[in-house]
Amino acid sequence: MTPLVEMRDISIAFGGVKAVDHVSVDLHAGEVVGLLGHNGAGKSTLIKCLSGAYRADSGSILIEGKEVQIENPRDARAHNIETIYQTLALADNLDAASNLFLGRELTTPLGFVDDDRMEAETRRIMARLNPNFAKFKEPVKALSGGQRQSVAIARAVYFNARILIMDEPTAALGPQETKMVAELIQELKRQGLGIFLISHDIHDVMALCDRVSVMKNGRLVGTERVADVTDDEILAMIILGKNPERA
Amino acid sequence: MTDATADAPKRRSLTETLELDTRLLGMVGAFLVLCLAFDIVTDGRFLTPRNIFNLTIQTVSVAIMATGMVFIIVCRHIDLSVGSILAVSSATMAMIQVEWLPQLLGLGHPLLWVAACLAGLLVGAAVGALHGWLVGFLAIPAFIVTLGGLLIWRNAGWYLTDGQTIGPLDPTFQIFGGANGTLGVFWSWVVGALAALAAAAAIWAARARKAKHGFAVKPLWAEAALTLLAAGAILAFVATLNAYDVPTGRLECLFEARGEVMPEGYSEGYGLPVSVLILIAVAVAMTVIARRTRFGRYVFATGGNPDAAELSGVDTKMLTVKIFALMGALCALSAIVASSRLTNHSNDIGTLDELRVIAAAVIGGTALSGGIGTIHGAILGALIMQSLQSGMAMVGVDSPLQNIVVGAVLVAAVFIDIVYRRRTGARS
Ligand SMILES: Nc1ncnc2c1ncn2[C@@H]1O[C@H](COP(=O)(O)OP(=O)(O)OP(=O)(O)O)[C@@H](O)[C@H]1O
Ligand SMILES: [Mg+2]
Repeated sequence: MTPLVEMRDISIAFGGVKAVDHVSVDLHAGEVVGLLGHNGAGKSTLIKCLSGAYRADSGSILIEGKEVQIENPRDARAHNIETIYQTLALADNLDAASNLFLGRELTTPLGFVDDDRMEAETRRIMARLNPNFAKFKEPVKALSGGQRQSVAIARAVYFNARILIMDEPTAALGPQETKMVAELIQELKRQGLGIFLISHDIHDVMALCDRVSVMKNGRLVGTERVADVTDDEILAMIILGKNPERA
Repeated sequence: MTDATADAPKRRSLTETLELDTRLLGMVGAFLVLCLAFDIVTDGRFLTPRNIFNLTIQTVSVAIMATGMVFIIVCRHIDLSVGSILAVSSATMAMIQVEWLPQLLGLGHPLLWVAACLAGLLVGAAVGALHGWLVGFLAIPAFIVTLGGLLIWRNAGWYLTDGQTIGPLDPTFQIFGGANGTLGVFWSWVVGALAALAAAAAIWAARARKAKHGFAVKPLWAEAALTLLAAGAILAFVATLNAYDVPTGRLECLFEARGEVMPEGYSEGYGLPVSVLILIAVAVAMTVIARRTRFGRYVFATGGNPDAAELSGVDTKMLTVKIFALMGALCALSAIVASSRLTNHSNDIGTLDELRVIAAAVIGGTALSGGIGTIHGAILGALIMQSLQSGMAMVGVDSPLQNIVVGAVLVAAVFIDIVYRRRTGARS
């Protein structure tokens, strides 16, 4: 079966630093692939090549077997790739609805921005994702870290993504909200989305992911099926860069 | 994420019920106090129809540009070249209607002023777009690009006119200047009544829209009070401008020109100047752009977080070109108003306007850190600056001290704004 996404032999350097060094990963529909590694291993940089924030120096990206050029975030969106960035990427001075629809505003027949409809839609999706959310009128600057996170998640989920990239989506969340995100990931997976999940929480990753790819110093250590490895073997990959030995 | 209490009912103050912007109220309050103080000191000469009329037409040029400066500053840029763009547009328009085209078409041809205006707007927009391209695509800081523009464009204008004053401008063109082009009493009332109706319709349409989506709306009495306030303010403004009579000598000339004799005791009010209508049109258009179009939304998003806007698919480079081009076009519009008010083009037209325009936007609540600002605030800022200046002149303050006061007020206004934001920010 052709994978939904294939990133082949991606390299990108900042000045002298090889942030990503000949890395290949892939992702199937209905699958969650975890990206693991130390701080600075190159996880965020790798997925930013897929979301259009960076352009790879070399390598290619295939979607459903067809090579595509992703030169900016608009291209990524055109391929139904949605991203929740580690830094959340919200405009602090705008409210939740304006952020959710930023770049894809709903408009009236005359082409004007339809704030009321956007607020109504935002209320609808928030009722599903985070029923406690009530700050619809305030600029998101006035929101807590977790509330901001739910806006970022809502934005990625609302537009019927086929490929979802989540860079540490639960970093700012309490235990209950983390559980909610885990359930959401499982539901989206059932709907057939492919999800790249970056996280530092090995237990989360082992529970949610089908496969994990481990990076260290910009290089890919290896990709394993979660069912085939133990937590300790994954830890060894992350810390020592050592692939599990097969009998 | 436990914020279920945020919507809980609580005692609300009057301003909250009316959903009025307290910052705007503060500015209007300060403006009224200022006007009353000058009126008392000048023994009632400040708040006369005559002075209000003059104040209004003096404010228009800076106010038009201030609306564009809001977008620039909201996007975390600055434009120091607006006075110079105004000058080069004005030079272009003057040359076209006085020197170049009359040789082809003859003086007084109706196309003269149209061609001049179009060419001026084109020059302004093109210069602005060039600045925007340098800032957006070549990543040269706006401060530097427009500092260069400040020097370049005024002197480009100088070469167009050989440094000479060009005039008198086309008589039709002069209608845009203020006292030379007013609607007269009857049509001013018509426009005023239509504007009052439009304001009322807008308020009630917004209410209906909210109710349709099931959002909370203001109590009926609050909505009615706002409608009356808006309509009342508009009609009072029109009444004031209508009350300023055209001087008798001027009326006699007008009658003579038509080959008639002026009846004994005849008088006529000025009414709304055309330049003020232009400002109102600009204000409405820019407010709609800011609040109800994607372009405006992207301006504010980019100012709030440029990276977020870029990652959300906003083409921030092209956006920069557009906001500077818009600024340039507004400078040209101001050039039409300013040069026709003076009835000629002189090379120093618009000198120091960049400072007035930036000050108006900033006093009006535009934050230099980006992402925050309103069109009506900037216009009110321009009005406050102009009132301060002409009030002091009327009182007899000499001009060095006038400038010292204006400078101090600018700094103080920004400080008050910072304190205000800190307070309200802490509350929410
Ligand atoms: N814009 C940039 N300019 C220069 N160097 C960068 C830039 N972005 C990332 N790097 C470098 O690239 C390397 C990989 O960074 P990256 O953000 O991809 O790490 P990460 O695996 O996501 O880490 P974390 O777990 O902390 O999020 C680091 O050495 C970092 O310093
Ligand atoms: Mg990262």
